Amino acid sequence: MSKETAALAQIHRQIMWNRLIAVVEEQAQTMIRTAFSTTVREAGDLSAGIFDLAGRMMAQAVTGTPGHVNSMAESVGHFLRKFPADTMQPGDHYITNDPWLGTGHLHDLTVVTPAFHHGGIVGLFANTAHVIDVGGLGMGPEGRSVFEEGMYIPIVKCFDRGQPNETFFDIIRAGSRLPVELEGDVYSLCACNDAGVHRLVEMLDEFEMDSLDPLANFIFESSHRATLAEIARIPKGTYRAEINSDGYEAPVTLKAEMTILDDGIEVNYAGTSGLSSRGINVPPAYCRAYSCFGIKCVVAPEIPNNWASLAPFRMKIPDGCILNAPHPYPVSVRHVIGHLLPDLMMGCLHQAVPERVTAEGASALWNLPLRGGSSVSGQARGNRPVVPDFEIITFNSGGTGARPTSDGLNATAFPSGVRTMPVEATENVAPIVFWTKELRPDSGGAGRTRGGTAQIMEVGAKGDLEFAVNAVYDRIANAPKGREGGLNGAAGVIALKSGKTLRTKGFQVIPDGDRLVLKLPGGAGMGDPAMRDPALVVRDVRDGLVSANNARDLYQVAIADDGTLDTAATTKLRG
Amino acid sequence: MPTARLAVDIGGTFTDLALEQDGKRTTIKVLTTPAAPEQGVMAGVHEILRSSAVAAGDIGIVIHGTTLATNAVIERKGARTALFTTQGFRDVIAMGNESRYDQYDLNIVLPEPLVPRHLRLPVPERLDNEGNVLLPLDIAAVRALVPMLKHEKVESIAVGLLHAFVNPAHERRVRDVLTGELPGIPVSLSSEVSPEMREWERFSTTVANAYVQPLMARYLRELANGLHDLGIAAPVFLMLSGGGLTTIETACRFPIRLVESGPAGGAIFSATIARQCGIANVLSFDMGGTTAKICLIDNGKPQTARAFEIARVGRFRKGSGLPLRIPVIEMVEIGAGGGSIAHVDTMGRIAVGPESAGADPGPACYGRGGTEPAVTDANLALGRYDPARFAGGTMRLDAAAAHDALLAQVGGRLGLTAEMAALGVVEMVDENMANAARVHAIESGKTYAGRTLIAFGGGGPVHACRVAEKVGIQRVLVPSGAGVGSAIGFLRAPVGYEVVRSLYQRFSSFDVMAVNTLLADMEAEAMQVVAQGSFGAPVTQHRIAYMRYVGQGHEIPVPLPTHPLGEENVPELRAAYDTEYTRFYDRPVPGSDVEIMSYAVVVATMAGNEPDMPIAGDDAVFVPEATPSGSQLVRDTTTGEVAPWSVYDRTGLAPGVRIPGPAIIAEDETSTLVCQGWNATVNGLGYIELALENT
Repeated sequence: MSKETAALAQIHRQIMWNRLIAVVEEQAQTMIRTAFSTTVREAGDLSAGIFDLAGRMMAQAVTGTPGHVNSMAESVGHFLRKFPADTMQPGDHYITNDPWLGTGHLHDLTVVTPAFHHGGIVGLFANTAHVIDVGGLGMGPEGRSVFEEGMYIPIVKCFDRGQPNETFFDIIRAGSRLPVELEGDVYSLCACNDAGVHRLVEMLDEFEMDSLDPLANFIFESSHRATLAEIARIPKGTYRAEINSDGYEAPVTLKAEMTILDDGIEVNYAGTSGLSSRGINVPPAYCRAYSCFGIKCVVAPEIPNNWASLAPFRMKIPDGCILNAPHPYPVSVRHVIGHLLPDLMMGCLHQAVPERVTAEGASALWNLPLRGGSSVSGQARGNRPVVPDFEIITFNSGGTGARPTSDGLNATAFPSGVRTMPVEATENVAPIVFWTKELRPDSGGAGRTRGGTAQIMEVGAKGDLEFAVNAVYDRIANAPKGREGGLNGAAGVIALKSGKTLRTKGFQVIPDGDRLVLKLPGGAGMGDPAMRDPALVVRDVRDGLVSANNARDLYQVAIADDGTLDTAATTKLRG
Repeated sequence: MPTARLAVDIGGTFTDLALEQDGKRTTIKVLTTPAAPEQGVMAGVHEILRSSAVAAGDIGIVIHGTTLATNAVIERKGARTALFTTQGFRDVIAMGNESRYDQYDLNIVLPEPLVPRHLRLPVPERLDNEGNVLLPLDIAAVRALVPMLKHEKVESIAVGLLHAFVNPAHERRVRDVLTGELPGIPVSLSSEVSPEMREWERFSTTVANAYVQPLMARYLRELANGLHDLGIAAPVFLMLSGGGLTTIETACRFPIRLVESGPAGGAIFSATIARQCGIANVLSFDMGGTTAKICLIDNGKPQTARAFEIARVGRFRKGSGLPLRIPVIEMVEIGAGGGSIAHVDTMGRIAVGPESAGADPGPACYGRGGTEPAVTDANLALGRYDPARFAGGTMRLDAAAAHDALLAQVGGRLGLTAEMAALGVVEMVDENMANAARVHAIESGKTYAGRTLIAFGGGGPVHACRVAEKVGIQRVLVPSGAGVGSAIGFLRAPVGYEVVRSLYQRFSSFDVMAVNTLLADMEAEAMQVVAQGSFGAPVTQHRIAYMRYVGQGHEIPVPLPTHPLGEENVPELRAAYDTEYTRFYDRPVPGSDVEIMSYAVVVATMAGNEPDMPIAGDDAVFVPEATPSGSQLVRDTTTGEVAPWSVYDRTGLAPGVRIPGPAIIAEDETSTLVCQGWNATVNGLGYIELALENT
């Protein structure tokens, strides 16, 4: 091959790789457009990807949430072990919600679909989506085993050569509080993989390819090489960090020892707390997913996700620790611990590359899993009115940690990649009213760069009738920690409007005439607050995000009566 | 009766004008005057009247489009705006959907809201999702804020209350109080600007409308006065982002609907060409001074959408802008134009745009003091332009300045000559445009197989062949007037208006009466707007229902009959939904009810003003055969080789002539590059058709 031909072939492969990423993006967009559950269509709690016949992920849609990254990537291998590729037929769709074969809790459905070209199987499409209801106790920590948490779907065919498996659909409809949505979502997941298959076949025709294998090898080699090059830029060494979670029955400590090697980054979780009797346990695939995400954001953010770019990040998770939950431990709300892992990874990496990591943030989502009607308000209520039955969840976020050169993001999800739903849309699907949903003053941790401001929410049922929350909140006893002299973010609060503090985790009833008040945790600050640009402090005070008292006491900035900077007094304060 | 029609399109770099009378068309380009755009317009109008020898009094209609509103948002030069909103919700436009548009970049920047927090003013009130009052509006609280508005010198006000699209009563009462207390300060209501569910998008659209309103009203007034002073008494119509035309009065109320008017004109231009030439599937490629716009047109109709993002901060990344919910012609716009600036990034790669040299100082070769190399400089350095003929010879290009800028900013840093640096810049910008086009087609569920690329804008015909090669298109059409396509598109646009309203319904409990009443109201509103400019011309009406399965999040459009619905139509509509759904997503979902979220009514004059025969331009002088007017040394971007390319004058090309590539077909407004491997012919309409030879 001449030099020019080789260069052209190289360019050609680059184009095909880009195209494959576009194919899986189309797959994800189709899911968002056809899904029924608000968790998928509004929140984007999903992922989509294409795999080779060995079950190795070749490309993943940019749209999606990190929790599904590695976990879905591992999942396809499990499907192939039960249903080998040579037994698959065009039009088949396979499904599971097994937390240990999928993405860590029963609410995530994973569907795998073979792609055929010229009569032979060439690859597999997989996707994962969080559905609203799979029966059981619902999305909350109360279960004492996975059997209580909902329906358990082993890997089965939901479509056989294009025909729906009616027995399967009968069973799932009967087992869910929201049968129409659940069935519709399964159709959506299948439609999304079908879209991927269509586009893939077009691509194979256009580039006259018989197999994905040469392209897979090119993608894997390039990604692996690029990832190792990025790892080589991190100073060698072993770095340790720990982080505390409020836990359920007792506080939980997560400990990590991270070693930067030539051929990868290894994390050992020895010393981490043991298992919980409630559903905050983390299956190992989910632990790997968020650990990997946290490292990758810092070390190699621009390299696309695939089997080879994820492989150099390895986790040693001891048996019996809360990050390695075995069946049948309850795992429904594994995110509340899992979402702290990127902060823990950055705690290690801060020792190696301090200019590339952020301070701790609220991190764990503050979801609003609400329920009302017959399953909350029983016959004991006599003739008092009861809200119509409803079951909803919205995804909400506090502040993110301050960044080395800019403030944290206000009320923005990190590490999760989900979006929240519009209040108007939520109020149209459930008899509830949001009375407040706005930023929470003085919640961002002070620093040279400020932590992201959190939000306050006040929610009631229509008519202020009784309803329930399945609380899964963290960062209440353990506020996000600042770095380099930055102060902690504000701790979270869960309470009734009438004043009583509620438990951070667990199913609780908000009685008639009362409302639920959530004050989400703020992001922590970075650097000495007295080093912050006074103009930014003045702006924050004008906007009501920082009080004049905090400006003086924490930032050493004096604000004049007309809201402008009092330069003389500030100079005096700052010495 | 004055019969001449005049179109004026203000772009980021150039203001384009087109004038048609009695089948004869004149077009010109003048530089945009960003500080006072009406001055550029007046200069252009004066010039086009002179060169066409049409009297001001003969102008029967003026059609205008401008990027002024868009630029005001991007550059944050709009009015000092306050937002009245439901107590407890003052941060809706700041919190958005609480997400990051890039999962892995820890340093992303989110767009700043157009209204800072201290001017987002909560008032006690609350409606529920059905429009019932949960908390009455506290009028005294509204009134109490008036002194503060005066003190803060607020120039425009937006009102966005929760569920106001269902019941606008509270918003209207807020407006009544404010207009009474603050005469002269415009007030935009979310229930009028964008009456659809989803508070973030609705408030964002309303705030943007308020933000640009004083500026646009002032500008439109000055424009009307200026035209009047020139002796033009004709009515002025404004091009809408959705592809229709509207009156100055409506434009002053809803200026946010003007944001994408220039690109919309371009898409209509392409669609007209496609219909004239009988081409079913088109990629419309409009490359101007600042951006390139890509739009897919099937069966003569551009794709449309109801949502749009303005002023993206993350290098054109989706999700990094401010959401607008208005009717738009759907297209992707990327920061790739003649003025896009090239530089070398930290990894030693050539990067082009999205920063633009604009009109002032413009590319280095304009000789106005620009020192950074732009795409136009690179094209010049490759030998693609005749420096003496650019913009009809009105602007002499400075080749030495282009050379120096390329060498200083790109070549010198990479060890390349200025010419090879130019090659790298042009290849990179072509690649960027092709990538954007590819992704757009995939998002739209379309392919490029068998598609024709229609190229226009000053840069379109220069870059068309290479972009077509990169996306796999084998046929390119360069219509006449390609340098001012948007302006010509304005002349083809119907006077039309689209009204969208939300009314939640399920098929299982479909209220025929309520729907008929709503649609009749919407029809009346649209008819009233259109009547101001249609002068009694016949109109068509389209009605659309946006439907989805109960529980789904995204609707698909289903056409409705324009007559009042009867009970017997309901099952037909349901069946039409299943058919449409299956067309999109392979299989219907059994057992699910269908809900209707909103309706659209579009009223427009017939797609008239469309010549069956080609309009003879002032450039159409027929001569029997093609003779090169000369030749130029051009560097081929595929091979890097320099060779003499024949140069033809477009005005001298008769229908039927065939020109083999490589060649350049020059005209005043642009140059068409016939690359190696392509052949050009001129068709019966005078358009240049380029075909890739099968090798």
